Amino acid sequence: MDQYIMSSSPHVRSSESTARIMRDVIIALLPATAFGVYIFGLNALWVVLASVAAAMLAEALLQLLMHKKVTVSDGSAAVTGLLLALNLPPAVPLWIPILGSVFAIAIVKQCFGGLGHNFINPALAARAFLLVSWPTAMTTWTIPGADAVSSATPLAALKLGGELSSYSDMFLGSIGGCIGETSAIALILGGLYLIARRVIDPRIPVIYIGTVALLTWVAGPQGLFTGDALYHVLGGGLMLGAFFMATDYTTSPMSASGKMVFAAGCGILTSVIRLWGGYPEGVSYSILLMNLVVPLIDKAFLPKRFGGVVK
Amino acid sequence: MASKLTFKGGIHPLKAIHHGKYLSEKSAIEKCSVPEEIILPLSQHIGAPSTPVVQVGDKVDMGQMIADASGYVSVPCFSSVSGTVKAIESRPHISGKPSMSIVIENDFEDRLYPGIKSPGKLADLSPKEIVDIIKGAGLVGMGGAAFPTHVKLSPPPEKKIDTLIVNGAECEPYLTADHRVMLEHPDEMVRGLEAVMKVLGVNNAYIAIEDNKRDAIAAVSKAAQGKNIDVVTMHVKYPQGAEKQLIYAVTKRQIPSGGLPMDVGAVVVNAGSVYQINLAIEKGLPLFERVVTVTGSVNNPSNLLVRLGTPISHVIGFVGGFAGKIEKLIAGGPMMGITQHSLDAPVIKGTSGLLALDAGMVRSAEESSCIRCGKCVYVCPMGLLPYLLSDFSSHERFEDAEKNHVLDCIECGSCSYVCPANRHLVQGMRLAKSQIMQNRKKAK
Repeated sequence: MDQYIMSSSPHVRSSESTARIMRDVIIALLPATAFGVYIFGLNALWVVLASVAAAMLAEALLQLLMHKKVTVSDGSAAVTGLLLALNLPPAVPLWIPILGSVFAIAIVKQCFGGLGHNFINPALAARAFLLVSWPTAMTTWTIPGADAVSSATPLAALKLGGELSSYSDMFLGSIGGCIGETSAIALILGGLYLIARRVIDPRIPVIYIGTVALLTWVAGPQGLFTGDALYHVLGGGLMLGAFFMATDYTTSPMSASGKMVFAAGCGILTSVIRLWGGYPEGVSYSILLMNLVVPLIDKAFLPKRFGGVVK
Repeated sequence: MASKLTFKGGIHPLKAIHHGKYLSEKSAIEKCSVPEEIILPLSQHIGAPSTPVVQVGDKVDMGQMIADASGYVSVPCFSSVSGTVKAIESRPHISGKPSMSIVIENDFEDRLYPGIKSPGKLADLSPKEIVDIIKGAGLVGMGGAAFPTHVKLSPPPEKKIDTLIVNGAECEPYLTADHRVMLEHPDEMVRGLEAVMKVLGVNNAYIAIEDNKRDAIAAVSKAAQGKNIDVVTMHVKYPQGAEKQLIYAVTKRQIPSGGLPMDVGAVVVNAGSVYQINLAIEKGLPLFERVVTVTGSVNNPSNLLVRLGTPISHVIGFVGGFAGKIEKLIAGGPMMGITQHSLDAPVIKGTSGLLALDAGMVRSAEESSCIRCGKCVYVCPMGLLPYLLSDFSSHERFEDAEKNHVLDCIECGSCSYVCPANRHLVQGMRLAKSQIMQNRKKAK
């Protein structure tokens, strides 16, 4: 007697899966990672590996301890570990990425309910935690190629006075900065890959970067419309943040209109912090602050309901 | 060629395999063999089940009425073979719930009921007479919903109808029955449409066909030449055939929440239904057979003209049986069809397809955490929030679900299809909808 499965429709599904999406994000980050290791040397590689391994181990251990299903194979912990590493200076001692990953996974992610339940971006939250706790280690930069010499990043030079980097250096990545944020071209390539694979909505990076460009140009140092928008767009962690952090599903709004509002908000906050705040860079804090507002955005910006407009 | 019209949201299911239609779209309609025993449920339509007018032991002819309509929202039922009434008892039904049915033993003579003849020329029939003919022939929506056609074509006088659309979208993957009917009987279909135009008093009508059926578009366009009938090409997207989305795509009118097509002056009829209306008028034939797409993992995917009441097992046998180990046998299409636990249930008025899915074609997977990707929101054709509504449902927060418009859900399944975490989105909303309706009934 043949047996058939009975279930409620639909009976076919798309081949999309959480694991495939995570895999695509990792692939998209490879150019920036490879470039970072190439330009900053082997320590950058150890930072990346330590961060990813610590994230995956922390998740597996915690899920075992909490008697939950171990879901490390979906790749989300690996992505968090990689993103955190790319947000760290290349010369940090290895206990920094390890501690950061454990904080990101154990506290920000797992303690709040695991995948899909974190209320802020885990990698950025970990970076903020590390920056606040060990500010010296987290702001010691290196000139690419040379040994670890304290030097400024392009944005620090802009804010505190110093030698400005050239556009081509910033585009290619031969500047100081975090492991994954220096090469605009590597990050753009990764971003385009994610857009082509329909993993990210292009609205977020376009509006985020566009808003920063507009505001930094308008609020120029010598008066209105004198700002160096291109310098701001290529410098700092904007590319990394706009393509890979602000687009994180869990911490961004669900509707198209909500995403646009979120991206504009990130752009405004980043510009305000860079231009008038105490830090030379504002991407991490802007995204974290906007993450907190996402539940309100989701309530206020709903998709247009079919048949919902009453004349 | 008309412009490609569409709606917001929706998906392209199984696009990589040409929506599965390649299996049967080139197969001309073939007559399925007749079984020894036919099982005709009294309920093959929306509305009150029909009442038997025969008894066990009666001899019946093909096309003879064996059950009459019981009330206004009901239709009569006709024998699809000649033979003897063997039993009136509970038998399997594709809905899953065994249902009272009239079982007839086939004498294989196919004697047509002598009363069957054309009731007259369309030009001589009044709109009311046409509606009576449609009810008298037991006609219901052939797209799957099986709503009594005579009721649909009798809107209350205060609802003015100015738009009539024939639904030739057939947006479900794998199904090609409507495609073949439009391709092989375009003239009859157009003449059936003219009858409906006369009933509703509209001067022009649309025939909407998805762009993946270009041969049908050409054939129907040729048949509709010189008449006030616009053949419009629809962008290929699921669920284009859903009536709200179809009316919007053709006319840009949105049926208000909780409303019906007549609320925006529109009526939508399935292409197969319109063909059947023509058969009732020009040949006097009642509804006792229909085209069914038998496809998927079967040895000869085909479009068969099947006598109503034929058990699924007989139809599968006619196409050479299954081509492998089958995991799911579906009556209908893969997006909204009903899974069967056995092959004993009969083909009925609304059965547009029989789809056999083997392990490689089904994608069952365990639910995992919602990652809040928003894909479900992006594809929902009704602009709802499936992630939120299904979550309310699993926490039994049905009032919250109702407040967030879960009743607007058309259960198309686009959300469940795209979810990367394999969450049971539409299933949760379906549950919430049925619970809310049950609670409303209890409150009365």
